[in-house]
Amino acid sequence: MKYALRELIRFRFELYESFRIAIEQVMQHKTRAALTALGVMIGVLAVTLMGTAVGGIDKGFNDSLALFGKDVFYVGRWPWADVGSDWRYYRRRPRFDFDDAQRINQIIAQTPDSVLEMAVSRDDRYRTVRFEKNSIEGTRIVGTSSTYPLVSPMELDEGRFFSEHEDASGTRVVVLGYDVAEVLFPSVSPIGKNVVIHNQPFEVVGILARQGSFMGMFSMDEVVVVPQKASPSARWDHRDVDIMIKMREGADKNAAYSEIEGAVRRVRGLMPEADNDFEINRTELIEAQLGPVKQGVTVAGLFITGLSLFVGAIGIMNITFVAVRERTKEIGTRRAIGAPRRAILTQFLVEAVFICLIGGAVGLGFSYILQELGKNIMPMFPLVFSWKLMLIAVCASVATGILSGFAPALAASRLDPAEALRHD
Amino acid sequence: MTPVIDIRDVWKTYDLGETQVHALRGVSLQILPNEYVAIMGPSGSGKSTLMNMLGCLDTPTSGHYEFRGQNVAEMSDNELARVRNKELGFVFQSFNLLARSTTLRNVELPLIYAGLSPEDRHEKALKACEQVGLGNRWKHRPNELSGGQRQRVAIARALVNNPSLILADEPTGNLDSRTGEEIMALFEDLHRLGNTIVIVTHEDDIAAHAHRKLRLFDGQIVEDTLTDKGQAHKSKSR
Repeated sequence: MKYALRELIRFRFELYESFRIAIEQVMQHKTRAALTALGVMIGVLAVTLMGTAVGGIDKGFNDSLALFGKDVFYVGRWPWADVGSDWRYYRRRPRFDFDDAQRINQIIAQTPDSVLEMAVSRDDRYRTVRFEKNSIEGTRIVGTSSTYPLVSPMELDEGRFFSEHEDASGTRVVVLGYDVAEVLFPSVSPIGKNVVIHNQPFEVVGILARQGSFMGMFSMDEVVVVPQKASPSARWDHRDVDIMIKMREGADKNAAYSEIEGAVRRVRGLMPEADNDFEINRTELIEAQLGPVKQGVTVAGLFITGLSLFVGAIGIMNITFVAVRERTKEIGTRRAIGAPRRAILTQFLVEAVFICLIGGAVGLGFSYILQELGKNIMPMFPLVFSWKLMLIAVCASVATGILSGFAPALAASRLDPAEALRHD
Repeated sequence: MTPVIDIRDVWKTYDLGETQVHALRGVSLQILPNEYVAIMGPSGSGKSTLMNMLGCLDTPTSGHYEFRGQNVAEMSDNELARVRNKELGFVFQSFNLLARSTTLRNVELPLIYAGLSPEDRHEKALKACEQVGLGNRWKHRPNELSGGQRQRVAIARALVNNPSLILADEPTGNLDSRTGEEIMALFEDLHRLGNTIVIVTHEDDIAAHAHRKLRLFDGQIVEDTLTDKGQAHKSKSR
């Protein structure tokens, strides 16, 4: 026991000495160390950037799920998937209308123990929105009812959402998305002002709080929301309405799904043997589409990481073999004055690990800088840089150092001391 | 008195595939504490092999070797390292110092492998520096020192563990004759202080500093005599 403790103390001093030598060696061969560390640096850069990207996709996805609203089903003609050549089939399906949401709400009210809460209809148009000299072409105009905030969670930056009365009478009022308000009213408060949508004046009653978006998709920052009867589409016959249906919190999703299916079929007046002529979309569908993207990034990242760490490891192995050759006499001297084999093994392993750690640290630094730059260039893409990634980077560096340094370090420790002393 | 070195009928054979080379052929040798021995012999005489054997860098193929009563012939690599660390001090022809390290750190090196704390190392190393006359040079690096000073650093490193045997391999081989004499005077001081010293050399005037002279030829000891100094020392101590 006492012996083991003394050995441990001895090993600690040997380890200190090894680190000291490693620092000396790196200082002495700066270029060599830098070139050797390059492979590890690129590897760590790749692994952290990959992690950052995957983390970003995840975070962006979760954020946008929140935009969609939890527990909300989207009923419409089209599925949220690539329909390919089947688009003709979906296009032939009958459209929904604003009133359909009301009918579904009536059915919900009549159903005992309904797991559904509310249905809200919504349709999109793209029109020019203008205030004085500022205008935005192709702005998404969402026509919906006053209950919309109950289904799709949103906060208001200023003002209010339109009222039930304004909804029912089709008053021309509008709630602006955050970015729309910024562009149209760079200097004054928009509340109470009239914007022109499709040649009709609308009074601004509210501004949505900034929501952010996921890679430019799904953002509410760039839309304006109006009562559906006031929407430019209200006077068009072929409006294409989606119905958002929120289920009760904590309810079973499958039960909600079948209840929605039954309710919509009733509204559509479908015979029992007829197929559904509509689609019930859920946010899980987006997640399913996102999966392969994440997987692709991960696989590509792991491949680059593995490759560069492998190349880096070979470089370090090579340079450590060179160092052992160059310093054979030093090894002999150390052995002669009493260094055990273990001390020599430790010394060269520590040198290899040290170079890897330098590479890892530089790689980490670069990836931090890159993601800071990325934040400025692409503010839409949320990047997530975590301590976990730093830990992974450090572990990858150390593992590379140990794996690549082991063979040369073992060779060094196995040198015959008498022969090593004769070496020039 | 237990001899420091007790070698009996030691053979060292190198197997070079087809042929076998007998570097040592039945060498027997005792060295007592506080002896001062010079080993001479032409190259190829087995001088280096004997030196490596004495320094526990190598083990005999056959025969018996005891270092202060410990059976070296059967020691493991780690045990040999321990013996070298605790019992032996090496002085090399080309000094073998760490070029980037200060005098103090060079002298400390054996103590690191002995597992001493930094404070103890520091203290002992400073004392050893003082002993070889390097008192104020412990901050210098080898390239800031003269050849003689470098060899003094190496000798301090050999002394720092308070070894049972100092083993010097051509310690003046890389020095001019005047500096060589200074180093030999230092060895004489160390001998007077009670150290046991073995010097390997091919120069007669260096060997003349020792008290006992061994001559090796063809793997065997062919001469084992007292030098003039040895004679004088012997008659004085009587």
